[in-house]
Amino acid sequence: MIVFDNVTKRYKSNVALENVSIKINKGDFVFLVGPSGAGKSTFIKLILKEIQADKGTVTVRDINVTKLRPRGVPKLRRNIGIVFQDFRLLPKKTVYENVAFAMEIIHQPRKLIKKNVPQVLTMMGIADKADKYPDELSAGEQQRVAIARAIVNKPRILIADEPTGNLDPNTAWEIMQLLNEINQRGTTIVMVTHAKDIVDKMGKRVIAIENGHIVRDEFGMYGYQEALAAGNESMFGTRPVNKVHTVRRIFRRGGGRK
Amino acid sequence: MRVLFYTLKQSFIQFGRNLNMSIISIFAITCMMLILSLFFIMALNINVAAETVKGEYDSIELFLLDDTTKKEAKAMIDDMKQQDGVSDAYYKSKKQALAEFKERWGDNGYLLDSLKDNPLPNSVVIMIGDLEKADALAKHAESYEGVEDIKYYKSTVDKLLKATHFMQIAAMIIMVFLIIVSIIVVSNTIKLTVFNRADEISIMKYVGATNWFIRGPFLVEGIIIGVLSAAIALLITGVVYQKIVELIGDQVYSMLSMPMVETEYLLSTYGWIFGALGVAIGCLGSLVSLRRFLDV
Repeated sequence: MIVFDNVTKRYKSNVALENVSIKINKGDFVFLVGPSGAGKSTFIKLILKEIQADKGTVTVRDINVTKLRPRGVPKLRRNIGIVFQDFRLLPKKTVYENVAFAMEIIHQPRKLIKKNVPQVLTMMGIADKADKYPDELSAGEQQRVAIARAIVNKPRILIADEPTGNLDPNTAWEIMQLLNEINQRGTTIVMVTHAKDIVDKMGKRVIAIENGHIVRDEFGMYGYQEALAAGNESMFGTRPVNKVHTVRRIFRRGGGRK
Repeated sequence: MRVLFYTLKQSFIQFGRNLNMSIISIFAITCMMLILSLFFIMALNINVAAETVKGEYDSIELFLLDDTTKKEAKAMIDDMKQQDGVSDAYYKSKKQALAEFKERWGDNGYLLDSLKDNPLPNSVVIMIGDLEKADALAKHAESYEGVEDIKYYKSTVDKLLKATHFMQIAAMIIMVFLIIVSIIVVSNTIKLTVFNRADEISIMKYVGATNWFIRGPFLVEGIIIGVLSAAIALLITGVVYQKIVELIGDQVYSMLSMPMVETEYLLSTYGWIFGALGVAIGCLGSLVSLRRFLDV
């Protein structure tokens, strides 16, 4: 579904990602973890072709994104839903209009909009809020609207950039269950997060990025904090990839795979 | 169809929300277009004058000293008729000249009635068949004795053409300058709407709206501003010019013996230019302000 092959991206002198190769399969639910500035955002921007890789190829649904011309970008993005930490709803539009907007701007017929929007709102459990404005909703409800907007065009991939960052634990967990449900319907999900407890509880594939390298890729735990707690500050290391085994061993010691 | 409707609706909403800024930019661009039209009008009138004079290009008029006799004049005429390239030559008396003058002044002709003496000289008019020879003929005519002055249109025409040329270049430079300023004014106004809708645009980009779809409403907003400015400028130009023609058109005609360009002609010619300018300024203005924003 998403394949990075030896991808390098630099911002001037800073290396954001270096020789990253990874494969995310259809139907995967992947957590992208790592400290701020590690390269997670770059990873996502490369998938969306917000930025161009300096080296290597990014492939999304068999489309070579690296070589994609600007004209092809809208088409690429129609297959990718995206949810942000700060929701990014349009304040002057109602819940219904916010979701319908995503369909309108890719010229969907009105009939289909009238059919799909209520469906998605129901799925997200906010059908009764359709006529409210975003500022009349709780944070959790707003994030549900944002997710509804992201999936209303039935994308194959859903990218969630810290979707629970602004939510209390209970609400965050509700959102996670919604994402899980969406994933079970066949949508590939890539979620950037710092929420250790959520990652641990979900038990999904975890890709850890640090200093532009993938330092861990396995099912299970968040791991990052344990590493810090173990007193090994540069846990994910400066020479990371070939240290993966060591890293994994330390992780197992600190709780390991469940 | 749906897209078109959406685009138009959005652009009018934006125009309305941004009304103050829109009005200010319309005002500014209208002013610039008025300056432009001033140049256009001058250039056009000089052009027409040059054309009119060109029509008289084919004659040389020799003004005779008062003591030159008819006989001497006759000799000149005969000599001229011998020359290569002369199609005709004839004598024009003071009286005839005055009559022509009176006719040209039209309603103001009575003013000439108060003259005691006819101040106009007798003259010999030489019609030139071959314009190539005009310069040589004028030179030849200068050598006659008893000729006080020569009215030869070529130099006048040349001067006028030079003036026209100069006006055209000046108008061009000023036009380019004003257009650039106009584009900046429009782009600033549009930028304001773009800022207001930055969130919306970024969401549109993420959901996969095409660039042209996003640009559409802004483009139309710019065009509305440009075209409205052009229309207002054209209207003002038309009204003011009409008044000027009414006021001094007759005087201009009697003094310079040429008519001013008619308002209808002016408007029909420059209507198109202004319309196109308005659209172009609007489009470019929006595109300039959007370029950075669409680069997501």
